[in-house]
Amino acid sequence: MAMAEPEGGPKESFRPAMLIYDTRYRAITIQVLVLAGVVALIGWLVNNTLHNLEILGKPLGFGFLTEPASYDINQRLIEYNSRDTHLRAAFVGLLNTLLVAAAGCVLATLIGLFVGVLRLSKNWLVARLMTVYVEGFRNVPVLLWILLTMAILIDTAPRPAAFRKGEASMLFDAVAITNRGIYIPEPVFSRSLGNIHLFGDSSLRFDVSLDLLAILAALVAGIVASIFVRRWADRVQEETGDRPTTWHIRTALVVVPPVLVLWALGFHLVPPELKGFNFKGGIHLRNSFIALWLALSLYTAAFIAEIVRAGIQSVPKGQTEAALALGFSGGQTMRLVILPQALRVIIPPLISQYLNLTKNSSLAIAVGYMDITGTLGGITLNQTGRELESIMLLMLVYLAISLSISSVMNWYNKRVKLKER
Amino acid sequence: MKKTIILGAIAAAGLGATVASAGTLDDVKARGYLQCGVTTGLVGFAAPDANGEWHGFDADFCRAVAAAIFGDPNKVKFTPTTGKTRFTALASGEVDMLARNTTWTFTRDVDLKFTFAGVNYYDGQGFMVRKDLGVSSAKELNGATVCIQTGTTTELNLADYFRSNGMEYEPVPIETNAEARQQFLAGACDVYTTDRSGLAATRATFENPDDYVILPETISKEPLGPLSRHGDEQWSDLIRWTLNALISAEELGITSANIDELRKGTNNPEINRILGTEGNLGAMLGLDKDWAYNAIKAVGNYGELFDKYLKPIGLDRGLNAQWKNGGLIYSPPFR
Repeated sequence: MAMAEPEGGPKESFRPAMLIYDTRYRAITIQVLVLAGVVALIGWLVNNTLHNLEILGKPLGFGFLTEPASYDINQRLIEYNSRDTHLRAAFVGLLNTLLVAAAGCVLATLIGLFVGVLRLSKNWLVARLMTVYVEGFRNVPVLLWILLTMAILIDTAPRPAAFRKGEASMLFDAVAITNRGIYIPEPVFSRSLGNIHLFGDSSLRFDVSLDLLAILAALVAGIVASIFVRRWADRVQEETGDRPTTWHIRTALVVVPPVLVLWALGFHLVPPELKGFNFKGGIHLRNSFIALWLALSLYTAAFIAEIVRAGIQSVPKGQTEAALALGFSGGQTMRLVILPQALRVIIPPLISQYLNLTKNSSLAIAVGYMDITGTLGGITLNQTGRELESIMLLMLVYLAISLSISSVMNWYNKRVKLKER
Repeated sequence: MKKTIILGAIAAAGLGATVASAGTLDDVKARGYLQCGVTTGLVGFAAPDANGEWHGFDADFCRAVAAAIFGDPNKVKFTPTTGKTRFTALASGEVDMLARNTTWTFTRDVDLKFTFAGVNYYDGQGFMVRKDLGVSSAKELNGATVCIQTGTTTELNLADYFRSNGMEYEPVPIETNAEARQQFLAGACDVYTTDRSGLAATRATFENPDDYVILPETISKEPLGPLSRHGDEQWSDLIRWTLNALISAEELGITSANIDELRKGTNNPEINRILGTEGNLGAMLGLDKDWAYNAIKAVGNYGELFDKYLKPIGLDRGLNAQWKNGGLIYSPPFR
């Protein structure tokens, strides 16, 4: 039997049998074989699928995406009609997915933070109430919460017809809560700058509002200016030991420029009006959107609350005591000592909650919210019969969204994590 | 060594996967029951009762096919499918056939690769609204909120109708008829649109059916019928001729009540051929000579089915009368 020579012995030339009998190579041999097996299995699956599709007379192809979709979508963030292509319909759905995912992540974080902190409250009742909330929401499937929220919205709010008969009235003459959704005033600019039209006539064309860009630019400029003021304050503090009071200047720097831009653009709100069957004008937050948004946020917030609680509890009590002993105020202790350390524990699991929320948004179809699963993976799939292609595209889209979220969050995590100097 | 076994198993699975598509009829006979795709619940067409027994025009058609194959109408397993899942269920072989208010269209026939056995109900899309809206025509529906089952032809017709009439609407996409009913009754939509038969069936289940009206416009042609997968002619022939047997039975006056009498022999050769007392039509389909007798005996003829299930929900024969009475229901001859 050929065995590996002990170290220091004469060098043996390589023979193929060593791939199996030599411990130096065996692990690699096994890995190569397993890899080849896995590749062969995948290859067989793909080949078999393509072959069967060929027999069915449905060869793999994405040409259907350029055909007219022929169906209407209620919630459209971009302009779309039934003569647009299936690709355009998928794009409309994608934006709806992103909208509910983004809104859900923001609301879930706010509620989760609030509940997580309150769960640590010394007030017995508050702490117990928060425990009930957390256990109630995270132990019931999110689909049921979505359906329940939808049922409540539909069955409790008045019909639009009730507003005509005077049985219901609008809040502050501006907000109408109906069983078809909530209508809120729409921001309108009387001196609008117009839109930039991108991508010409293609399926991915969309308009970017110059008004919005102007407001964002003013906001960013204000924030940058405010940061400069902070740095100046830091410098003064280092030189003189006294920190100048800057909060009013910094607030003004952030708030005033956007307000000025809004005024220059002629910003005003147009309330919804009851016309015909429904309210017209204003922004229509559909029941399907609200139900999905609220249920996803409340459900995910229960998990985030636990993550926040764990994060805060992971910071030893000695840190608080030390900070207080150094003369930090309560707020400063939280902001400068506890939170930076807690965030290190909070961020990684928070990423997966954001990913979960985004993926759970595909339950939208249960309440008829037209996200990308409802358009590309629902109506388009059904009307064209292109199951494999649609589902593959859908998986790619969710993969891309999830990877984007986690790369952004990982970047943030790197910034807050422990820096060893 | 282990790897060889695994690869061998994979190869065997591969072989198995390619062999497993013999004739559907053989599969059904070997299995011992028929798998029939129906709606998730539409009174009159297919809906489960309190005991979980499926009843209706389409459900009984499945029973007729089962009776033709096995001589026993109860050898059916009903699989409820939504507008969205039905074609996948049929294409993947989860069900052997669909009897589910499915409109015969070009793309479903040619592109989705299904074979329609014929038409068992000539329908068209309509609109239902609350009476107190005061709407008398679909042309007055501009700006309305419309509940619509997704994955159906009605979804496309709706878009076309409102577009060609220059009207706007707000679609509320819904998965099943039961959900649509709930949303419509709660007033979450002004209008419910689907096939007129479906509207009548849904309205029949309301507490106050008289508070709702079906508008006069019919905006599409919806020939509904049972269907099977492309590529198995023997199987689609069996479904087609079971349907034709029920239709011919009505035309020739064969009912579930007098069928035993008629089987003793008549002077009408076509009746004799259908009932298997003359010729061997059954054997040509790969079935017993009693196949049509069993089917008609089990569920009754087309007219009996219509009277039993569709009359009570307020549908009259209309287009679905026998051709001799001015309708479109017409079976090719049994010869």
